[in-house]
Amino acid sequence: MHKSELKQGIKAALPVIFGYFPVGLAFGVLAVQAGMSVAEVFMMSLLVYAGSSQFIAAGMLATQASIGAIILTTFLVNSRHLLMTASLAPFVKNIKAKLLSILGFWVTDETYAISIAAVAKEEKSQWYFWGLFLTAHLAWISSTVLGAMAGNFIPDPQRFGLDFALPAMFVALLILQVKHKKVIAIGLVAAFLSIAIKLNIPGSWNIILATLISATLGVMIDKWMQKSFSSSSA
Amino acid sequence: MDAKVLLLIIGMMLVTYIPRMMPLAILSRINISKGVLNWLSYVPVAVLSALLAPEILLKDGQLAINLANTYLIAAIPCFMAGIYTKNIFLTVVTGMVSVVLLNQF
Repeated sequence: MHKSELKQGIKAALPVIFGYFPVGLAFGVLAVQAGMSVAEVFMMSLLVYAGSSQFIAAGMLATQASIGAIILTTFLVNSRHLLMTASLAPFVKNIKAKLLSILGFWVTDETYAISIAAVAKEEKSQWYFWGLFLTAHLAWISSTVLGAMAGNFIPDPQRFGLDFALPAMFVALLILQVKHKKVIAIGLVAAFLSIAIKLNIPGSWNIILATLISATLGVMIDKWMQKSFSSSSA
Repeated sequence: MDAKVLLLIIGMMLVTYIPRMMPLAILSRINISKGVLNWLSYVPVAVLSALLAPEILLKDGQLAINLANTYLIAAIPCFMAGIYTKNIFLTVVTGMVSVVLLNQF
C-alpha cells in the first residue's frame, strides 16, 4: 500500500523533472558566472529550493546587492506559495499537521500543480508526497549542480540563450498565475512601476516597491468597485 | 564557502520555507482574514511582472523598446508558447531557442 503510493508519487514527478532540467542547468551555469562556487550552488538548491529566487539571488550577488535586500526580494517572490499551500490545505487533512509542516518545504510551483490535481481526484497519503517531492528535489539539485560544474567550461552562456532562462520562466509562471482579467491590469501597473523605479532609484528596490504598491492598488480598486456597485444598485 | 553566501542561503531558506509551511500547519485552526487574502492574491502577478519587465524592456540600464533588443523580441514567441501550452518546460525552451536564433542575425 505504502509502496504503491510512493511509486505513484515518483511517477508523477516525471513532468517536473523535465521542467526543472533546462532551468536548473541554466541556473548552475549563471550562478558560477555570477561568482558562486559549485558547493554554494549545491547548498542553495538543497536548502532554499526555489528556482526563480535562486536566479535572482545569484544575479543580485553579482551586482553587490545587500543580503537584506536579496532576502526581502526572495520573500516577496516566494510569498506566492502561501496561496498555493493555503489552497492545498483542505485536501490533505488526512495527514497530521506536524508532518504537513515538514512536507511544505517541497511545495514549489511545479510540485503544487501536480499535487493539487492529484488530491482533487482522490485522497493521497504522505507516501505519495514523499515520492513526488523527493524525486523533484533530487532533479533540481542534480540539474543545478551539473550546470555549475559545466559553467566553468562555458565562457559565453549568452550564446546558448541561457541567460534568457529566467525571464522565460517568469513568463511561464506569470501566465500560470493569471486567472482573471483584473489581475492583468495589476501586472501591467507593476511592470510600469518596476521600470520607472529602476530608472530613478539605484539598487533592487523596484521589485519590492512595485509589488507592494500594485497589490495595494488592487485591493483599493476592489473596495472602490464594491462601493460604487452597492451605491449604484441601492 | 563564503560566510556571506551561507548567511544568505539560511535567510533565503527561512523566508521560502515559512510561507510554504504556515498554511499547511495552521490553516485548519486559524483563518486568514479576507482582506489579507485578497491582497495576497495580487502579489504573485505583481511580483512576477515587476521582475520580468526590466529584464525584457531595459538594456544596459536604459529603456530599449526596439528591434535590436533581443530579449524583447524573444519574449513574443515565449509568451505565445506559454499561453498556448501552459507548460513551463516548453515556454522556457521556446524563449531560449528564440534568443539563440536571434543572436544569429
